Amino acid sequence: MSTTSAEEKAKEAISAEREALADGHLLPEAYRDDEYGERHVYLPHKVGLPPMRHYLGLVWKRREFAFELSRTTMRAKHFDTAFGQLWLLLNPLLLGSVYFLLVDLIRHHPRPLSFFAHLLGGLFLYQVLQTGATEGSNSVVRGGGLILNTAFPRTLLPLASMATSFKRFVPTLAIWAIIHFASGGGLTINMLWAIPIVAMVTVFSTGVAMFCGAAQVYFRDLSSFLPYLLRIWMYISPILYYWDDVPKHIQHWLLLNPMASMLASWSDVLQKQQAPPLNLMLIGTGWAIFGLLAGSLFFISRERDFAVRI
Amino acid sequence: MPSVSEQSHAHAGYRPASDVSIKVENVSITYRTAYEKIPTLRTTLLRLGRREKLVREIEAVKNVSFQVEKGTVLGVVGANGAGKSTLVRTIAGILPPTEGRVEVVGRVSTLLALGVGFNRELSGRENVILGGLAAGLNKMELEEKYEEIVDFAELGEFMDLPMRAYSSGMYGRLAFAVAIHMDPDILLIDEALSVGDAKFRRKSFDKMRSLCAEDRTIVLVSHAFGSIRDLCHQAVWMNKGHLEMWGEANDVVDAYRDFLGVKEDRTDKEDL
Repeated sequence: MSTTSAEEKAKEAISAEREALADGHLLPEAYRDDEYGERHVYLPHKVGLPPMRHYLGLVWKRREFAFELSRTTMRAKHFDTAFGQLWLLLNPLLLGSVYFLLVDLIRHHPRPLSFFAHLLGGLFLYQVLQTGATEGSNSVVRGGGLILNTAFPRTLLPLASMATSFKRFVPTLAIWAIIHFASGGGLTINMLWAIPIVAMVTVFSTGVAMFCGAAQVYFRDLSSFLPYLLRIWMYISPILYYWDDVPKHIQHWLLLNPMASMLASWSDVLQKQQAPPLNLMLIGTGWAIFGLLAGSLFFISRERDFAVRI
Repeated sequence: MPSVSEQSHAHAGYRPASDVSIKVENVSITYRTAYEKIPTLRTTLLRLGRREKLVREIEAVKNVSFQVEKGTVLGVVGANGAGKSTLVRTIAGILPPTEGRVEVVGRVSTLLALGVGFNRELSGRENVILGGLAAGLNKMELEEKYEEIVDFAELGEFMDLPMRAYSSGMYGRLAFAVAIHMDPDILLIDEALSVGDAKFRRKSFDKMRSLCAEDRTIVLVSHAFGSIRDLCHQAVWMNKGHLEMWGEANDVVDAYRDFLGVKEDRTDKEDL
């Protein structure tokens, strides 16, 4: 009887401590005792998730790691050199040119330069998702050594991939601007709508990067067929064509593609220099929030497995 | 053979919380893993087609309790698959327990497999910075420690080369140097003492002794009886996930050696 009572008391104590952790009252990693220094308490995760306030606090505290990882990854790929920077600009430009010629060949009559600006703008923004998903899918497996040796929020690994993706996106805007102005495009205050649209795509892509990063641990061949999936995803997004060219009854179906609303809004803002339709912005925001929540919750709930599956 | 509870009272007992660095309470660790070493969607679909199980559940650690006092070197012995590494990863916070509670007082530094934590494409310098940032140090702290790490690892001119150019000995020396220079209150080492040449091993051994003298706590997983006897005050013996014995290092090694039915020879000191 006494043993059972002691066990029950111990269980109650653990349960109370877990609740305190979940409420953020007790932060084991950040907790400093004047006499004994750091104190860490490790308890079973509740429904597969660690205490979220504490977890997010740790992510913020170690954000420098994600930025440094992104910086060193870019340096390892020589993107810090003059030729590396040039390749960052040339690669998407060449890709855009190929698609432009291809679309012209299929249509049998040439498109104006403004369409090239639309195509490049869409392609460059889509690459935030493409690079984020590709780099993110490898981030956990590639960081296996660190995962096996150090306790830190694994979320930082796909976040570093997203930082890399965003850094690769920013310089491409210069190319888009040159083509845009060369095609007679203007500059209006409505173009500021581009900022929330880029934010939407970045938030959504972060969720996708996290999902792919965790999924790659379970299916190592994901990175082999991910490029094909992303290529198909691009074809069903309004990049190689204008959103307005899509028949209305098909537009409804295309909105099931999260990138469709965001890229349609992006094209409206950059090409027509007009505020995007409210319904597209609302749908895009919804997809961005859903993508981030679904991707991050899936990733964090699987984090514990990484140390035993890598 | 004494039971766990007997051992607890005979050798360590429960000290006031102020003396305790690591407290492991009723910890069980279960995890699920794939049958294949490298699981793929293809193998998963094939298994589904054959109606085979996709994952297996492993009970790596079963209801283990012990505590380590400040300044103690604790050896962890046991056969392969006994749950030693899993237990140490839980103490490090890398693998949360399935049941129970682990409390660790102080900054933890880990050396849980040689070379891990290092990206071969990056330079030694970049790896030191990344490893330190992941462990919770800031850049200023790392810059202060950097020269000490390089000096200890004796890798001066190699630090700016990609680590793919390093020999396995250089890899191990850098990993050891990083782990011990993170100002750890608790150092967790998993079968990683046999790094570098004899001179470096001697230096590593001396450094660990000096950490002990500074009241730091060390947990050392090793198959080398000699290392456990020479370095450790206490030891735990893990057997098929259970804590078979916890007590004075020599007693635990004797019991484990008897269990294995082997004699000690000079290879038992190969870590040193």
